[in-house]
Amino acid sequence: MQADWSTFWPKVVDATGETVYMVLVTLALSAVLGMAVGLTLYATRKGGVLPNRLVFAVLNTLVNVVRPVPFVIAIVALSPVTRGVVGTMIGTDAAVFPMVVVATFGVARIVETNLLSVESGVIEAARSMGAGPLRILLTVLVPEALGPLVLGFTFMLVALIDFSAVAGTVGGGGVGNLAMTYGYLRFDTSVMVVAVAVLIALVQLAQLLGNALARKVLRR
Amino acid sequence: MTAVIELRDVRKTYPGKHGTEFTAVDGVSLTVAEGTVLGVVGHSGAGKSTLLRLVNHLEVPTAGRVLVGGRDLTALDERGRRAVRRSVGMVFQHVNLFRSRTVLGNVAYPLRLAGTPRAEARRRALEVLRFVGLEDRARHWPEQLSGGQRQRVGVARALATSPKVLLCDEATSALDPQTTREVLELLRRVNTELGITIVLITHEMDVVRFLCDQVAVMSEGRVVENGEVYEVFARPRHPVTKVFVRSALGDPPEGEALERLRGRHPGRLVTVPVTRDAPGAAHLSRLLREHRVDFTIAHAGVGEVRDAALGSVTLELRGAEGDVDAFVAALDAVRTTAKAVVNAG
Repeated sequence: MQADWSTFWPKVVDATGETVYMVLVTLALSAVLGMAVGLTLYATRKGGVLPNRLVFAVLNTLVNVVRPVPFVIAIVALSPVTRGVVGTMIGTDAAVFPMVVVATFGVARIVETNLLSVESGVIEAARSMGAGPLRILLTVLVPEALGPLVLGFTFMLVALIDFSAVAGTVGGGGVGNLAMTYGYLRFDTSVMVVAVAVLIALVQLAQLLGNALARKVLRR
Repeated sequence: MTAVIELRDVRKTYPGKHGTEFTAVDGVSLTVAEGTVLGVVGHSGAGKSTLLRLVNHLEVPTAGRVLVGGRDLTALDERGRRAVRRSVGMVFQHVNLFRSRTVLGNVAYPLRLAGTPRAEARRRALEVLRFVGLEDRARHWPEQLSGGQRQRVGVARALATSPKVLLCDEATSALDPQTTREVLELLRRVNTELGITIVLITHEMDVVRFLCDQVAVMSEGRVVENGEVYEVFARPRHPVTKVFVRSALGDPPEGEALERLRGRHPGRLVTVPVTRDAPGAAHLSRLLREHRVDFTIAHAGVGEVRDAALGSVTLELRGAEGDVDAFVAALDAVRTTAKAVVNAG
C-alpha cells in the first residue's frame, strides 16, 4: 500500500516537530542534571577540589551501571518509573523521561572527562589567589573546558536524535514512530526513506551548529 | 626590619607506598625581612617547590608554624587561609594564565575574587598592566602574547590585589635569556618601586646574584646554607652551595684546568681574588708597577653579585726572578680575608 503524500507530508512535519521537541527538552534537562553530576564527580574524586570518597563511589557506580544498558532496554526497565513520574508510558513526554535519565549520566561522564583535561597549574593559580572549590569549579574549570564541553554536548545532541528515534519505535512519537508505523509495519519504503532523510538532516544541523559554536569558543 | 615571613621548624611529609613516608621539607626555619628578596636554590627534588607552597599554605605543613605578616597560618581554617592568600601573590614557571579570559580578564580575576566591583577591578587591572608595560595588550588573548609578555601578565595578575609578598616559582626557568632578563628587571622594579617582599625559587644562580638580598640553599628538604647573597657567593661552605656558586662564576683554575694553563703559560702563575673586601686586586696595578713586574691574564672569572664584583684573576708574571718574588711577598702582605694563591711552577 502506498501512502497518500498530500495527507502524509503534514504528518512528517508534525513528527519532525515532535522529535525536535523531545531532543531539545532532553538536552536542556540532561545538560543541567549531567553538569551537576559531572561537576560532583570531578570535585569529589581523590585529589579533587572537594574530595569525598562516599559521594564519588556512589555516583561513579551509578554512572557505570546506567551507561552500558542499551537504550531500548532502559525504556522498558524504566517504564514503571516513567508512569509514576510522567503519568503515562506512551507519547513524547513519556519518551523524554528515560532519555533524560540515560543522557544525564552520559553528559556527566563527558563533563567529568573534559574537566580532567584542564591543566592543574591553572587550578593552583586560582587557589593561590584565594579561590574556594565552588569558585574554582564555576569560574575556572567550566570556562577553561568550554570548547571541549561544547563538542561533548554536540556529541550528546546527535546521540539524542538517535535515542528519540529508538523511543519512537516503542510508542514515543516523532520521526522514529513515523518510520515504524508507516514504513516498517506497512512496508512502505518511501516513508522509511523520508524518515531517514529527516534524521540525517537533523544530525547534520546539530553537528554544524555545535562545531560553529565550539570554533567560536576556542577562537580558531 | 620586621620579618614579613617566618617559618619555624616547618616539616612536610607525604604518605608513600607501603606505609612509608616521604619527607619533602625537613625542619626548615627561615625569616624574610620586609622589602627584601630571598632566593631559594637547590637541585630538583630538594624541596624548594614545597617550601614555597608552605608559605601561602597551598600545602599545609605536617609540623611547625608559618607566619605571614605576623598572622599564624597554621592556626587558621581553610577560609582564613584563603583570605591570607589574597595578600600573597604567586607567579608560576608555566605562567598558568586562564585561556578563557583576556589579558584584562586574567588580571581582574583575583580582584573580582576579592569582591572588588567590576568597574573598580577593571581600573586597577589596567593600572597594574601599565606597571608591567602591557596596557595596550589588555584586550588580547593569552595565546596572542610572547612568552615574556605572558609572564609579565602573570606578574601583573599576582600584583593586582596589592599583596605584601610575591612568591615566584621558577618564574624565568622556561624563558630564553633575553626574556629572562625582561622578567628579572620587572621583578626588581616590583621590589624596589613597590617595596614588595619577594621569595623566589630557582636553580639559576644568575637569577640569585641579579635579584636577591638573601639566599637559602636547600638539599634533601633542609636549608644547608643561608645568608647574605654576596657572603654566600664569596665564601660558600656547603658542598651543594659550592656547586651552585661555581656554576655562576668562572672558578679559579684547579687540578687539570691548572695543568692546561701551565702548559700555555710557563711563567709564575698567581691567582688574585676579586672581592668587595679584598684589597689585593685594588693594589695590583700599583704593586706591579713598583716591582717592575709585567703580566699576562691567564684566566679570569669575575662577575657582578648584588652590584659588587666577585671572582678571581690568574696572572702569569714576567720579570726578573727577584722582582717577581718581591711582588708576590708584597701582594701577600696586603691580603686581608682572601689570600692570593701562588701557583708555583
